[in-house]
Amino acid sequence: MGILSDLLYPFRRPAPPAPRTATGFFTDTTLCIGCKACEVACKQWNQLPSDGFTFTGDSYDNTGTLSATTWRHVTFAEQFPSSDAQPPEPSITPSGSLDIQALLAQAQSGRWLMMSDVCKHCSTAPCEIACPTGALIVNEFANVYLQNDICNGCGYCVAACPFGVITRSEIDGHAHKCTLCFDRQRDDMIPACAKACPTGSIQFGSIEELRERARKRVEELMARGVTDAYLYGDAPSASYSTLGAFFLLLDDPSRYGLPGNPARPQLSLAADWLRTAVGAIISVAIVLAVLLTHAV
Amino acid sequence: MPGLGASFGRGAATTFQRDLSNSDCILIMGSNMAEAHPVGFRWVLKARERGAKLIHVDPRFTRTSAMADVFTAIRAGSDLAFLGAVIHYILEHELYFHEYVLDYTNASTIINESYIDAEEQEGLFSGFDVKSGRYASEPGSWGYSASTEDPGQAETDATLSHPRCVFQILKRHFARYTPEAAAEICGCTASDIVRVAELLARNSGREHTSAIVYAVGWTQHSTGVQMIRAAGIIQLLLGNIGRPGGGIMAMRGHCSIQGSTDLPTLYDLLPSYLPHPNVAPEHATLRDYIENGRGFATSHNADSSGSWQDEAVAGYWSNLPAFIVSLLKAWYGDAARPENEFGYQWIPKNDGDHSQLVTFHRMYEGEVRGLFLIGQNPAAGAPNAALNRRALANLDWLVVRDWFEHESASFWYADPAVDDPKQIKTEVFFLPAASIPEKSGTFTNTDRLIQWHEKAIDPPGDCRSDLWFIYHLGLRLKELYRDSTLTRDDPIKFLTWEYGFDRPEMLPDGRITRISDEPDSAKVLKEINGRRISDGTLLKSFTECADDGSTACGAWTYSGVFPDEDNNRARSRDSTIVGSTTYPNWGYSWPANRRVMYNRASADPDGRPWSERKKLIWWDATAKKWTGNDVPDFEADKPPSYVPAAGATGMDAIAGNKPFIMHADGAGHLFAPYGIKDGPLPTHYEPRESVVSNSLHQTQTNPTLRVSEADINQLAEETDPEFPVVATTYRLTEHYLSGPMSRFNSWLNELQPEMFVELGPELAAERGIEHRGWMIVTTKRAEIEARAMVTRRIRPLMVHGRVVHQIGLPIHWGYAGETVGSIANDLTPMLMGLNVSMHEAKTFTCNVRTGRLRSKPARAIPVAQRPDSGPVPETPGFAQPEGRLDRAGLQRKK
Amino acid sequence: MSASRHGFSPDSIAKHSRLRGATKSHSVCPYCAVGCSQNVYTKDGQIIDIEGDPESPINEGTLCPKGANTFQLVSNPHRVTRVKYRAPYSDHWEERPLDWAMERIAQLTKEARDRDLVERDANGMTVNHLKTLAHLGGATLDNEENYLIKKLFAGGLGILPIENQARI
Repeated sequence: MGILSDLLYPFRRPAPPAPRTATGFFTDTTLCIGCKACEVACKQWNQLPSDGFTFTGDSYDNTGTLSATTWRHVTFAEQFPSSDAQPPEPSITPSGSLDIQALLAQAQSGRWLMMSDVCKHCSTAPCEIACPTGALIVNEFANVYLQNDICNGCGYCVAACPFGVITRSEIDGHAHKCTLCFDRQRDDMIPACAKACPTGSIQFGSIEELRERARKRVEELMARGVTDAYLYGDAPSASYSTLGAFFLLLDDPSRYGLPGNPARPQLSLAADWLRTAVGAIISVAIVLAVLLTHAV
Repeated sequence: MPGLGASFGRGAATTFQRDLSNSDCILIMGSNMAEAHPVGFRWVLKARERGAKLIHVDPRFTRTSAMADVFTAIRAGSDLAFLGAVIHYILEHELYFHEYVLDYTNASTIINESYIDAEEQEGLFSGFDVKSGRYASEPGSWGYSASTEDPGQAETDATLSHPRCVFQILKRHFARYTPEAAAEICGCTASDIVRVAELLARNSGREHTSAIVYAVGWTQHSTGVQMIRAAGIIQLLLGNIGRPGGGIMAMRGHCSIQGSTDLPTLYDLLPSYLPHPNVAPEHATLRDYIENGRGFATSHNADSSGSWQDEAVAGYWSNLPAFIVSLLKAWYGDAARPENEFGYQWIPKNDGDHSQLVTFHRMYEGEVRGLFLIGQNPAAGAPNAALNRRALANLDWLVVRDWFEHESASFWYADPAVDDPKQIKTEVFFLPAASIPEKSGTFTNTDRLIQWHEKAIDPPGDCRSDLWFIYHLGLRLKELYRDSTLTRDDPIKFLTWEYGFDRPEMLPDGRITRISDEPDSAKVLKEINGRRISDGTLLKSFTECADDGSTACGAWTYSGVFPDEDNNRARSRDSTIVGSTTYPNWGYSWPANRRVMYNRASADPDGRPWSERKKLIWWDATAKKWTGNDVPDFEADKPPSYVPAAGATGMDAIAGNKPFIMHADGAGHLFAPYGIKDGPLPTHYEPRESVVSNSLHQTQTNPTLRVSEADINQLAEETDPEFPVVATTYRLTEHYLSGPMSRFNSWLNELQPEMFVELGPELAAERGIEHRGWMIVTTKRAEIEARAMVTRRIRPLMVHGRVVHQIGLPIHWGYAGETVGSIANDLTPMLMGLNVSMHEAKTFTCNVRTGRLRSKPARAIPVAQRPDSGPVPETPGFAQPEGRLDRAGLQRKK
Repeated sequence: MSASRHGFSPDSIAKHSRLRGATKSHSVCPYCAVGCSQNVYTKDGQIIDIEGDPESPINEGTLCPKGANTFQLVSNPHRVTRVKYRAPYSDHWEERPLDWAMERIAQLTKEARDRDLVERDANGMTVNHLKTLAHLGGATLDNEENYLIKKLFAGGLGILPIENQARI
C-alpha cells in the first residue's frame, strides 16, 4: 500500500454484506453460577490483556466494570438478612409430628444474585449515533460493532453509552468493546462466552427466537413460584430501544449494576437545544440591553 | 476409596455426572460443586430445571448454595451427626425401600454374637486394642454368623427382626442420632435435618431416585471414610444404588486422580486395586498371597472375621490369581516364570505406612535421601505446609518436574521464612514438563471414563513429557545395572521396557516430531490392556486373564480399552446418547465400559425395571440375557432366578438377584464386616481440633487417629479457649489447588487476586476486624495474615447452647507466582485417619484478630498480561484477535 | 435496524475467524476431574486457540474459567523451558543440559538404591524394598505415566514410598 492508499484507508467503504438473521444474547441470571468462564473465554478468544489485580471486597467481583479490555463482567449481589432476623422455624417434637409440607415449602432465607454483564448491542445505539468517524457500525447480524481500524479514540461513544460499557484503552488510546464475536459469527461459530457458559445462562442466537424463549422462561419461572422474574431490555421503553443483549432478572436492575431506566442521551437533545436557544436569546437581550443603556 | 468399596465393592463413584440429570433430588454435601466442578454442575442444574430438588449442606453459603432449593449451614466436621440423623429418621419413619433393602443389602444377615456396638461401649466397637490404638483388623466379632445348616453361608432373617441382624443393629446404632441431638452438634435445627431426610425419601423408591454428591469436604476429615459410608447406608436404605439418577457421585479434584488410583502411584496398591504385598507370612510367597486373598493387605491378626478370605472363594475377586500373575507377566516378561513365582519376590514388600504424610514426616526427620516430585506442590498444598518445606530442606536431592517454578521448586530461596539459601543442602533439579496438548495419553475422569488426549504440538525447549522422563530414567538405570551379577538387581534388569516409537511420530498437522526419542504412550496403554503371550493379540476383556502365565495384563480393570491393534477405545468419539444419558461409545469406562455400576439393581429381583421411568437394564426372558441402556454389571446370561448350588465358588456363588458382585455375598453392605479399619458402622467423633466435647459418647475423637509428633505440629486440645473459632479450607472456581496451574495466569489472577479469609459480621464486629482490612489467623502451629472478607454468607451457629463462629480460608496462595499470599495450609495440622492416611484440613480450630504480621512479605513475579505469542501465524490482519490492542497496525496490514 | 448509517471498513468486510485453515486436535482439560473434552487449534506448529469440544457428551462445548484458561496455561511466558539446577548450599539456579541432568539423576538413584536396598528383613523374609527414596505426584499425569512410575520405581527399584494426591 502506498502512502496515499494508507491516508485514504479510513474513508474507503466497500459495498456492505447483505443483512443476515439478527442475533443477540439472552442472559438468564437464574442459571448463572458466577463462575466467570465467560470472562476468561472472552479474554482467551480475543486475546485481551488482564486488567490488573485489585481485591475489591465486593463479594466475588474483582473485575469491577466492563472496559476496553474486559468485555464480560460477572456481578455479584449478596442478599442476606442479619442473623437476628432469621424466619421462625416450624416447631418439631421428638415424635416428629410437624407440618412436613410447611417445612418443605420453606424458602431460602437469603440469596446470592449473579449476572454476566456485556455490551447491550442496543437496537438504536447511542454510541453508534455519537461516533463521528464511522468506526461504530451496525453489522449484518444487527450487532453494534466497533471497527478498530477506523476508531480515532475521540471518546464520544464513551460518554454516549448509558450503560458504561465502552472505555478507551490506555494501551492504544482507542475505544473497544464486545464485538459479539463478529469474527466467529462470520464462520457460523457462536460467541466464545456463550459457548463456554457451563450452565446455559448465556444464550446466543436469533434475537427474535431468544425473546420468545425468554418470555416462555419467565412464564415457566412464575409457574414454579419464582414470581420476581422479569425481562430487562426485551422490549422498548419510553426512553430506550430494545437491547440486543437482554437479561432475565430477579431484582431491581440496580442490584445487578444496570440502570433502572436507561435513556438515550439524544432524547435530552431537544431540551438541550431549547435551553441553548433560550440562553442565547437571554444573552443577546442582555448584551442589547447593555448596549442600549450605554447608547442612551 | 474404602468408604465406597466397603459399601458396594468398588472404590469409585457409582455413577457418572451426566446421569445426575435423571435425579429427582440431589444432596450435595462435602462438596461445593458449582465452584469446584462447574461443568459437572451443568447436569445438576438440568435436573433442577426438570423439577428435581437440590439440597446443599455446608459450613458456608457458596455458589452451590445459591442455586439450591434448600441450604443448611452446619459446623465443619459435624457431618456424621447430620447423616446419622437422616438414617435415624429414615429408619424410624420406615421410609426405606423395603424390597431393595431386603434383597440387595445385607440387612437380613446376622452378625456374630461377640459383636459389641460402639453405642454400647462409649464409642468403641468390639476388637479395639487400647495399646496400639487400633482395631484388630476386621475383628471376628464384626463378621457374619455362620449358618448352622451350611457353614459356608451366613445366617439370615428375612423378617429383619432378629436382634443381631444388620437391620436391627443399624436401628440400635443410630437410635440416639435423633434430629434434635444431631442439630445440637451441627448447629442447625432439627427441622433442617428432617427436611433433608424427607426430601431424599420422598424422591426415592420405584418411581424416583435421589443422588448424593460429595468431594474432599468429606474425605479430608479424620472420619471422612465413615461419612462416605453413611451416605452409602442412606442410598442403600432408599434403594438408590445402581439406578438412573441415583448413586453416589464422588467429585474428584484432578484430571486423572481416578487414573492415578487405578494405576496407582500409591504405596499400598498394585494396579487395579490388587493389594501391594506386605511383610507378613501371609504374603511371603505368591501362593500365600493368592490363598489369603485381599485380606492380608490389611490384616495381621488371627482374629479376623475371615470375610475377606471369602472373597477369594466367591464373587469377582476369586479371579485374583489370574490378575496378579498377568500383572507380573506384564512387568517382568519372559523372566516371570512359574518356577520363580512369576517374579513375585521382586515386588518390594511393604513394612508399614508409607503414605505421603508419613513419608514427609520421615523426610523431616532426615530419613529420606531423594524425592521425585512430579506434578505436586507440597510446600504450599500439603497440611502443615511449613513442616513440608522443612522436610524438603532435609533431602539430599530433589527432582521437580512441572511447568512453573512453584513453591516446592523455589522453597530454598523464595520462602520468606528462609534467611539464607546457603544454609540449605538440598540439590535441586528442575526439569520442565510438557503440557497436556504437548503429549498424548489418557486421563480417567471422576466418572471412571478413560479419554485420550492427542499431542497437538511439540513442547518447547527442554520440556518433555513425564512419560519421556520415566522411560529414559529407566533406560539409563537398566544400562547402569546391565552388567550386575547380583540377584538384588534382577528386577530392574528384567523389567520389560520397550516403548520406543516404531516409526517417527507424526503430529495431527502432518509434522514429524522433533523429539525423536519420545516413547509411544499407546504401547504403554496396550500393556495396561493386556495381551495373550502366545500370539501377542490384545485382550478383549479381563475375563481372558489367565493364572498360568499365558497372558500379560498391566491393570485388569482397564482391559478392553485397547481390544485390537487399531482400536484404542479411549479415543472413541461417538457421542450418541442411548436411553436418557448413557453415551457408550465416547471414551471407555472401566470396568468393561459400564457407566452405572451395580446396575443389576436397576431391575427388581425378578429382572424387571422397578418402573418404566427408572429403567436401565433388565432381563430379556426371550433372549435369555440382560439388556438395556448400559453394559450390564452382571454376568450377561445369568437369569434372575439363578440360585447357587451348595459349595459353589467364584461368580457361580453369586445368585441371580445379587447386584453387588464384588462382594462374596453379592449384597450392598449396610454393615461393613471388613474393609474399614475404624468400625463397621459410622460413628460421630469430634474433629481432632474441636471447640466442643463429643456429646454422644466419651470417645472424643476417632480412636484410631494418628498424629505427626513433629515439634512444629502442635495441636490445640479439645475446647481450648485460646482457639475458639472453627476454621475450614476450600477451593475457589477461579484458582486451582495451591496455585501452580492458576497463579501464573493473569486471566485467573485478576478474578481472585488476593488471599482472604471469609468471616461473618458478628465475629468481625467482636474482634474489630474490618471488611477488606487485614486480619491475622492463629492456630497452635502458625500465624498467617490475609484480607478480611466479611460476609453474611458465613453465619454464627448455635452449638450445644453456645455461639460458634466459623471462618473459611481458600487454599490457593503461596510465595510463587504473579499473585502471592499467605499459605492456608501453614495453619492445617498433619494428622491422619487410619483407613487411608487422609489428613483433616477441612476443620481445625483457630483464633482471629485484626492487624498484620511483621514478617517479610513474599515477592510476586512480574505480570504477563496475556500469553505473548505474537500475531497468529498464517492468518491475515483482519482475522487476528480483536483484543490485540498493542498491535493496532497489524489489523490493517494484509 | 440492520442498515447502518456508517459503512463497513475493508477489514470488517473481510473479517473471519482465525480458525480457518487451523488443525484441530482432541484433548482433555488439564484441571479438575470432570473430564471436559477440548479442541486444540494449531497453525504453523503453534497453539492458537483452545475451547470446549461441542461434540462431547461430557461438557457439550462448555468449560469453566480454568478450562477456558488452558490456552494461557500452555502458552505462558512464565513456563520454564530449560533445565534448572541448584547445587547444594548454592543461592542461585544454573542452566544445565537435559542429558547431564538425566545422567546425574540416574547416578544418584542408583547410589541410594545400592546403599539402602533391604533384601531380607530380620526374620529372613525376602522384602527387596527401598525406603530412602520417595516419589510424590500423579493425579495430574497421564495414566500411562502413572503406570510406568509404579512399574519402574516399585517393580524395578523396590521403592516403597510412592504417593500422589489421591489419598482416598
